[in-house]
Amino acid sequence: MSITDSPPRAGTRAVRRRRSSDRGFNRAFRWIAVGAGVLILVVLAAVALFLLWQAWPAITAGSTELASAVPRYPEETSLLGYVGPLVFGTLLAAVLALCLAVPVAIGIALFISHYSPRRLSQVLGYLVDLLAAIPSVVYGLWGFLVLAPVLTPLWLWLNENLSWIPLYGGQASTTGRAMATVGVVLAVMILPIITAVSREVFLQTPKLHEEAALALGATRWEVVRTAVLPFGRSGVISAAMLGLGRALGETMAVLMIISPGFSYGLDILAAGQHQTIAAYIAADFPESTGLGINTLIATGLALFVITLAVNMTARWIVARRKEFSGAN
Amino acid sequence: MSVATGTTNTADATERTRALLTAADPGRRRTDLVMRSLIWFAFALAMVPLVWLLWTVTVEGVGRMSIDFLSLSMRNIFGGDPTGGIYHAIMGTLVITGIAALISVPVGVLTAIYLVEYGRGWLAKAVTFFVDVMTGIPSIVAGLFAFSLFALFLGPSAQMGFMGAIALSVLMIPVVVRSCEEMLKLVPNELREASYALGVPKWLTIVKVVLRTSIAGLTTGVLLAVARVIGETAPLLVTVGVTDSINMNPFDGRMMTLPVFSYRQYHQGYAPCPSGESASCVADIAFQNAWGSALVLIAIVLVLNIVGRLVNRWFSPKLR
Repeated sequence: MSITDSPPRAGTRAVRRRRSSDRGFNRAFRWIAVGAGVLILVVLAAVALFLLWQAWPAITAGSTELASAVPRYPEETSLLGYVGPLVFGTLLAAVLALCLAVPVAIGIALFISHYSPRRLSQVLGYLVDLLAAIPSVVYGLWGFLVLAPVLTPLWLWLNENLSWIPLYGGQASTTGRAMATVGVVLAVMILPIITAVSREVFLQTPKLHEEAALALGATRWEVVRTAVLPFGRSGVISAAMLGLGRALGETMAVLMIISPGFSYGLDILAAGQHQTIAAYIAADFPESTGLGINTLIATGLALFVITLAVNMTARWIVARRKEFSGAN
Repeated sequence: MSVATGTTNTADATERTRALLTAADPGRRRTDLVMRSLIWFAFALAMVPLVWLLWTVTVEGVGRMSIDFLSLSMRNIFGGDPTGGIYHAIMGTLVITGIAALISVPVGVLTAIYLVEYGRGWLAKAVTFFVDVMTGIPSIVAGLFAFSLFALFLGPSAQMGFMGAIALSVLMIPVVVRSCEEMLKLVPNELREASYALGVPKWLTIVKVVLRTSIAGLTTGVLLAVARVIGETAPLLVTVGVTDSINMNPFDGRMMTLPVFSYRQYHQGYAPCPSGESASCVADIAFQNAWGSALVLIAIVLVLNIVGRLVNRWFSPKLR
């Protein structure tokens, strides 16, 4: 064997080695893992496609056809005019919940990341997370049977004294089955997700920034205002959008509390004004057949598109932020 | 002259600086105090609904707790009849959630393995992104998806436990992926490298080293994911329907689950009792049943949460 022979042989062996590391079980295992990842994308695509497929008859049907098949369908309306108030109700509920939840959630996140005793902070975080673990049907029961009677006097007072504010106008509900109560319950339900995401972001604040602020004589709040909040702003925005996504899709709490209606009004204290898409589907689905089901699925498709857009924007902000974060 | 003013200026400046440093501006301190109390208040505010809700459910639900309530179904129970129980709902919940877990855990764990061990390039990025997006799918949409999927094969009137399990898996898979991914990332690279150095192939390294190291964390992730979906109501309402009898077969007919039972009872409202309240007719029995099943459901969720956290704390290897 000459010396000149050995380099090419070594080369072929190296090639064979590399191949042999991706053979048999190795290759099978890798493909199974890749398959699982692809399956998730397929499922998401399937959700969109199947909804579209089932919604198609309703989208293409005429308004008279729909009016005869769907209960409570107003005459002479297109499908869009029918879904419109539902979309409005959904957005109203979610925005209301968001306005109530975001300030509190930022406070809680700051409390856990910067104010609470260090040793307790993890346990306190679990406690807030427990709010997310409580099933929505229990929120519904509690919201209707316990919270609504407690809030009703407040709503009546707001209605009486501040009715010049458009939100508080109209005839206030005496049972509390109004959008305002739904907003409060939804706000409680989305607190944990907003808190969790903002907490993570606040904890990532570069220690040097905080220490620099402290060294300049800043108080705790000034540290938070000058170092933590500017750093976490985009994180808080995306957290709020994730919360918005949750609130948009929440079904049971809305279904059990609100007394439904189909208006574009802003009177959140009045009963029989609004309804959300998710609650509407859950309420009418068991009694619908044929084209009625197709119509409900079409409204579900609208909800899916809205939440998908909100969630994708939120995740895109988070992902973009990750690339520029102070971690590297 | 200029020298003199210079020194006085310096002295002044020193005085002022000293004053600034030693006596903090009361306004700033007040702001600090106000914000501190606001932030403590925010946390206290969040605890109010938690404590209030748990308290209400316990107080309202505990009166209904009995062996009968847990071991009987609602078959042939009408009106204000205070007998009957939630056995059928408990079994339905266990069967449907169990199947959902059987579907989601392998898919979720394998996807997490893909993302951590193999994931590179656009596919991994797309999977990460869409897993995140999928966590935000409204539960009712997942239910509608399962309904549409089975309408393709069985026609639009099909309702069975397996459909509900499919809907729940759509909601559960992303949660499993997320938490398992975090756990797998915690496994130190040195362990993998040591294994490779011994000539162990990659798949065996993953199975025997990575998974074994992170098994406690994976268990936690799965338990928390189960706790997340066990309380889902809307998708089951759409796909599984309701029944008053015990049905353990997820491939045949409607089933009852705890959250749906709670909702149905709430929906029934007050029962008419023509001859007044008596031992055989309780007007608000439906609400009592709703609270009772809510208590059982919350107990299951809390146990899953606590066990999940403890498993991770007790059984995870100490890496440092």
